[in-house]
Amino acid sequence: MPSLKSLRNRINSVKSTRKITQAMKMVAAAKLRRAQSRAEAARPYAERMERMLASLGAAVAGQPDAPRLLVGTGSDQVHLLVVVSGDRGLAGPFNTNIGRFARLRIRELEAQGKTVKLLTLGRKGAAFLKREFASRFVGEISYANKKAIGFEDAAEVAAQITAMLERGEFDVCSLLYNRFKSVITQTPSEQKLIPAAVPETEEDSLAGPQALYEYEPSEEEILASLLPQNLAVQIYRALLETTAGFFGSQMTAMDNATRNAGEMINKLTLNYNRTRQANITKELIEIISGAEAV
Amino acid sequence: MATFQLEFVSPEKLLLSRPVEMAVIPAAEGEMGILPGHAPMIVALRGGVISVRENGQETEKLFVAAGFAEITPGRVTILAEEATPVAQLSRADAEARIAACEKALAEAQDAAPEKREAAMARLLSARAMLEAAQAA
Repeated sequence: MPSLKSLRNRINSVKSTRKITQAMKMVAAAKLRRAQSRAEAARPYAERMERMLASLGAAVAGQPDAPRLLVGTGSDQVHLLVVVSGDRGLAGPFNTNIGRFARLRIRELEAQGKTVKLLTLGRKGAAFLKREFASRFVGEISYANKKAIGFEDAAEVAAQITAMLERGEFDVCSLLYNRFKSVITQTPSEQKLIPAAVPETEEDSLAGPQALYEYEPSEEEILASLLPQNLAVQIYRALLETTAGFFGSQMTAMDNATRNAGEMINKLTLNYNRTRQANITKELIEIISGAEAV
Repeated sequence: MATFQLEFVSPEKLLLSRPVEMAVIPAAEGEMGILPGHAPMIVALRGGVISVRENGQETEKLFVAAGFAEITPGRVTILAEEATPVAQLSRADAEARIAACEKALAEAQDAAPEKREAAMARLLSARAMLEAAQAA
């Protein structure tokens, strides 16, 4: 049986652990709210961009010299996977989930005889995938020492990807990230970046039935500058969703940890009291039997 | 007077969304004044000032570095990477930006023509920023 002193120490250490996890939960909740509102604020731009791209894509599609960002290189031998993960740990299965998802995808592609290249955004995903796929890395970017991820970060990544495409270093590019479904569910998902998945044009009440646009300058020129921007927007959205999902996951994880710590404290306290009582009883028996012997 | 819906969005947030009477935008091939019922167009923007008219008065002046605009009879959507009210522009910032762009252009001298053009466009945009800052 453990001594009273060691039990007391255990209880105290679990109590301070509970304090830490509780504080982390609060912080995560506050940050989650901020991340969520940022993700929402970014939505209108992405929606408008999609709408413009839809009408432009319809105008340019099928032309032989359509931009590479839109139609790809025509082959699908070399895949570039951009894996977005969190920069910190202690967030439950969040980073592991995306890591596993990426690992599965890499194995699947390599089984088909394709070449895979990896670009990771976020430190934890890089650490996870490095163990097995270090030779496939073409770059890793971490935002660990950044306060908030801005659009310019996404634009930088987009520029890097565009440059790689121009050098012909890959054929297909997809983005793997945790889609933010709700505070408690984030599902790893894959999104095609290049060739761009052009959204369908939909009916729009203000624009009238299928408006025919005029372009200034030409469709090709606008598309040439719109596409890199669109790439950046997609990456930005993934980064924001990852941030929001990360804090959601961390909040859930810390909530569980706090609850577990509470249960453990209860158990240890019960044990402590029993031991204390047993010690007193033992001492009493010793005294009484000593007195009787006299 | 008739109005149309003007939407002004940056990647980070929705900056403006309200009915206005007229907007003047710096399209790639010249300034464009837009009134309600304009023919549908998609235009690229160069650096310049967007001015907005409501109730017969000019109410907003915003500087954009670059972007796109989608024009439909009932709505104008401007996608801009950054937009600053003209009153908040500073000459020092604009001059610093011009210097940076000139350097980038000099470096891009031997690069591919598209790269040079992009650098040139950025420089022109920075010059427009300085002009706007001086006018304010």
